[in-house]
Amino acid sequence: MGAKEKQLKPQRRLKPVSNIFKHVKESKIGLIKNLIDKARLKSPWLLHFDCGSCNGCDIETLACLTPVYDIERFGIINVGNPKHADILLVTGTVNHRNKKVLKQLYDQMSEPKVVIAIGSCALSGGIFRDCDNVVGGIDRVIPVDVFVPGCPAKPEAIIDGVILGLQKFANKQKRK
Amino acid sequence: MMLLHNILIILAVLLLTPILVGLILGLDRKLTARCQSRKGPPILQPFFDLFKLFGKEVVISNRWQIFCSYMYLISAQLSIVLLFLGSDLLLILFVQAGCTVFLVIGAMSVPSPYSQIGAHRELLQVLAYEPLLILVIIGIYMTTGSFMVDAIFALDRPLVYDLPLMIIVLGYVLTIKLRKSPFDISSSHHAHQEIVRGVHTEFSGNNLGIIELAHWYEIGVILSLSMLFWATSIWGALIIILLAFLLEIIVDNISARMTWSWMLFHVWLVGFTLATINLVWLYMR
Ligand code: SF4
Repeated sequence: MGAKEKQLKPQRRLKPVSNIFKHVKESKIGLIKNLIDKARLKSPWLLHFDCGSCNGCDIETLACLTPVYDIERFGIINVGNPKHADILLVTGTVNHRNKKVLKQLYDQMSEPKVVIAIGSCALSGGIFRDCDNVVGGIDRVIPVDVFVPGCPAKPEAIIDGVILGLQKFANKQKRK
Repeated sequence: MMLLHNILIILAVLLLTPILVGLILGLDRKLTARCQSRKGPPILQPFFDLFKLFGKEVVISNRWQIFCSYMYLISAQLSIVLLFLGSDLLLILFVQAGCTVFLVIGAMSVPSPYSQIGAHRELLQVLAYEPLLILVIIGIYMTTGSFMVDAIFALDRPLVYDLPLMIIVLGYVLTIKLRKSPFDISSSHHAHQEIVRGVHTEFSGNNLGIIELAHWYEIGVILSLSMLFWATSIWGALIIILLAFLLEIIVDNISARMTWSWMLFHVWLVGFTLATINLVWLYMR
C-alpha cells in the first residue's frame, strides 16, 4: 500500500445508446426516449455497501428484501455488482481504510446513478464520529442524494428513501 | 414470392420472440414471487429492465466486450431465424453453440476473476447440455429420416410419441439455459448472486441489455425446439411449453444451487441414459 499503489487502468465510458434520440423530442422516436426514462424509474437495481456499520442498518436493509416488505414489487433487485447498479445504498461510517473502496464503487457505477446514505453513521459518523480512524459521514467522500436517518433506520424509512431517490432520477432527467 | 414470404417470417420471428419470451420471463418472476409468498414485480418487469439498460452509460474495459455482445445477439437471432425457416437442425445447433462462445470470449477478455470463473463455468454448462442436444437431434433424425425442420411438419403424428424420453432430456437443457437452480452456476437469473454475476459481471449498460436480449432469443430457440415435439397441433405445442415452464418454476424453487462437477455428472448420467434408452427403443422397433 501507500505511494506505490498500483494504478488501475482507467475504464472507458461511452454515452448511452438512447442518446441518439436526444434531439428528436417531438417526433415518434422521442417516444422511445420517454419509454427509457419511464423504465428507469421502474427498474432500479441496488448495490448495498456495508462501509463499516455495526450491522444494525444492514439487517434492516436486507429485511426490505424479505416477503414482509418485498421491494422486488417495485422492480428493485439487490445486484451486488457496481457495474449493473443504479442505486448505491451505503450503511455505516467511512474510515481511512475503506474510503478508497467506497470511491471506487461509486466510480464504477455507470450514469445515471443515485447514492443513498442509511443510518446516523452514514449521515454523520453517528456514535463512531469521534474515533481516530473515522472520516465521518459518507458525504465526505462521495456526493449523496438521499439521507435516511435512524439508528438503525427502519425498513419503511429505507424504502421511502429509495422511492425519493427515484424522484431524484426523474429530476436529473428533467434537468438534462 | 418465396423471398417475400421468407422476409416476412424473419421479421415476425425477430419481433415476436423477444415479446413472447419477455412475457414468459415476467410471468416466471411473478409466479416465483407468489411461491415465496411475495407480491412480485409486474409482468412487464423484464421489459423495464431491458429498456433501462439501453439508457445507461456504458463502462467498458476493452472493445472486445462490445464486439462480443453484438455477435452474441446476431448469432442467437440467426439460430432462431434458421429454425423458423425450416433449416437444418445440425446447423441451428452449431450456430446456437457459437453464440455462447462469443459470450464466453467477452467475459474472458477482462482480467476480473469473477468474470473469468463465470466464463469457465459457462463453458462447463455448454459441455453438459450440448451433447444432449445432439442426441435429441439424432432422435429426431431417426424418426423423420432427415435433419431438416420441415420434415417434422411432414409427419402425421407428433414426435412426442416416438421420443417421449427426449422431451425430458430437453427439459434439462432448458433448465440450464434458463439459468435456473440447481444449474445456475455461471450466472443466475432474478436477484440471486453467484460469484457476483458470473459471466455477466463485467458487462454494463447497453452491452448488458444486448446480452439479455440475445439470451431471450436463445431461450426462444430451446422453447421452439420443444414445441416441435407436438408440431401437429398448436394446442399440443402450447401444452408442452406450459408444462415445461411450470416444472421449471417448481424445480427452481425446491432446489439449491449445486457444484459444476455435480451438474456435469448428474446431467450426463440422467441425460445420456434417457437418450440412449429412447434411441435403442427407436432402433429396435
Ligand atoms: S446507524 Fe446505528 S444501527 Fe446503523 S450502523 Fe450506525 S450504529 Fe449501527
